[in-house]
Amino acid sequence: MSEILALQQVTFAYPSDETEVRNAVDNVSFSITEGEWIAIVGHNGSGKSTIAKLMNGLLYPNEGNVRFMNQLLNDDNLWDIRSQMGMVFQNPDNQFVGATVQDDVAFALENNGVLHDDMVKRVQQALAQVKMQDFLDHEPHHLSGGQKQRVAIAGALALYPKLLILDEATSMLDPQGRNEVLQTIQQLREETGLTVISITHDLEEAILADRLLFMNNGQKFAEGTPDEIFALGDTLLDLGLDLPFAMKLSRLLQEKGVPLIGLNMTEEELVNDLWISNFNK
Amino acid sequence: MDKIIFGRFMPGDTYVHKMDPRAKLIFTFLFIFIVFLANNWLTYSILIGLTLFVMLLSRIKPIYLINGLKPVIFLLIFTFFLHLFFTKEGDLLFEWGILQIYEGGLRQGIYISIRFAVLVIMTSFLTLTTSPIAITDGIEILLNPLKKIKVPVHELALMMSISLRFIPTLMDETDKIMKAQMARGSDLTTGPIKERIKAVVPLLVPLFVSAFKRAEDLATAMEVRGYRGGEGRTRYRQLAWRTRDTMAILFLLLVAGVLVYYRGM
Ligand SMILES: Nc1ncnc2c1ncn2[C@@H]1O[C@H](COP(=O)(O)OP(=O)(O)O)[C@@H](O)[C@H]1O
Ligand SMILES: [Mg+2]
Repeated sequence: MSEILALQQVTFAYPSDETEVRNAVDNVSFSITEGEWIAIVGHNGSGKSTIAKLMNGLLYPNEGNVRFMNQLLNDDNLWDIRSQMGMVFQNPDNQFVGATVQDDVAFALENNGVLHDDMVKRVQQALAQVKMQDFLDHEPHHLSGGQKQRVAIAGALALYPKLLILDEATSMLDPQGRNEVLQTIQQLREETGLTVISITHDLEEAILADRLLFMNNGQKFAEGTPDEIFALGDTLLDLGLDLPFAMKLSRLLQEKGVPLIGLNMTEEELVNDLWISNFNK
Repeated sequence: MDKIIFGRFMPGDTYVHKMDPRAKLIFTFLFIFIVFLANNWLTYSILIGLTLFVMLLSRIKPIYLINGLKPVIFLLIFTFFLHLFFTKEGDLLFEWGILQIYEGGLRQGIYISIRFAVLVIMTSFLTLTTSPIAITDGIEILLNPLKKIKVPVHELALMMSISLRFIPTLMDETDKIMKAQMARGSDLTTGPIKERIKAVVPLLVPLFVSAFKRAEDLATAMEVRGYRGGEGRTRYRQLAWRTRDTMAILFLLLVAGVLVYYRGM
């Protein structure tokens, strides 16, 4: 599998009046191969959103560089690269540009000069992918948060992107909306093998990823599979992250003397572990 | 909350609903001039007839038209009485102290009221039978020639459609902030007017702050989706001018001809 996006020793600081500038992103390097699902986790203000903005040229690094499909991101290829990267943000209301669902999905297509007939086809197709095809003429204020986020994903998919970036796209949703969105993404990955970067606070969401980048104060603190990252245990808590519910429960049980062996990131693992430990009694 | 949006779009499937928004805009615009052709009972009756005809054709319930008139009803009554009392033409009909009502005054009062009402009703047909986004599209395409003299037509249309899109969002938000402030003991509905105006400030400030935040987010979202002005953009919404649109305009011109013929008779 080939590399799709890479950051090389990227450092960025927001312009400020103060003499001592703090780097919002500090010497961060990583690379992502086609078809991967990467989650970026970290406390508030650890630089996750800034990384997202650096990836598609909303911001340029002070040092280091960003490479997309083996091209260095610069002013000349900026719009071309952007058209291959979909991005969904946190607030469902503040990214809905069109008057209706279909207008919103078509927005990026219009911007990229796609011809009308092609546009109609792609809007239908993208909405079907997120199961919103029955809402063509609905206005945003008649949709739930989860539905709006799915429309936003459709808006990105219509451009046939190589990469989908979700910046806390589920953090303002209720549990049902969150599940809708996560299921949509999982299904998309199964059907199309889309590369996904999801920036998230929610560790249940992070577990779904193939690989985790753990950010702390603008620096990459750790990188690895969910197993590797969650094995850090208390360090995660110290650096402002929460543990998944099953894991928290499993730790509490261990403190009480229940002999559990695994990390138990998911409920299923915990149930199995409890089962085995009871069996061994 | 719903009452604020007067002349709100009523979806339908009638001749009028199916007309091209450009045709409806041109029709309404021409009508504003044609109204001034009427100057006697016959021609004013024709105007009323035309309005009723459009009403039947569009199947808009009269109640919506009356609602559309409500905001201007005071103006309507005011102009009526202005003419009634101060136009001194024709026979004296009624006298009471310094109050004199002449036949000409009564006639003028009625004429002006009809003119006013018919104008308002015709414009509400436009907004009642056309979605705001279709109106915006129509305006954008009609004004397109102005691009040559550097009028930012596309930008204006986009601004208009985004504003329309955010009206319900901001109204919801106002509602939420209002409730939050009321829960903290702020009183917006009673007390002297000065107090009430003061109570609006803690409502407006958070609303503005959030509107700016929204604007910033929206700008980022638009940029990410490749928006860089009107240049090289294609249109998802296509307008189609059909025979029915030409017919409607021709019909209006015919009515204008009839009015010119019968006016002053
Ligand atoms: N527009 C901005 N101007 C100045 N500083 C900013 C801006 N956006 C973010 N920052 C700062 O950069 C740091 C990283 O922020 P961000 O990338 O938004 O973190 P995260 O998304 O992980 O919460 C924070 O210290 C934040 O205060
Ligand atoms: Mg963020």
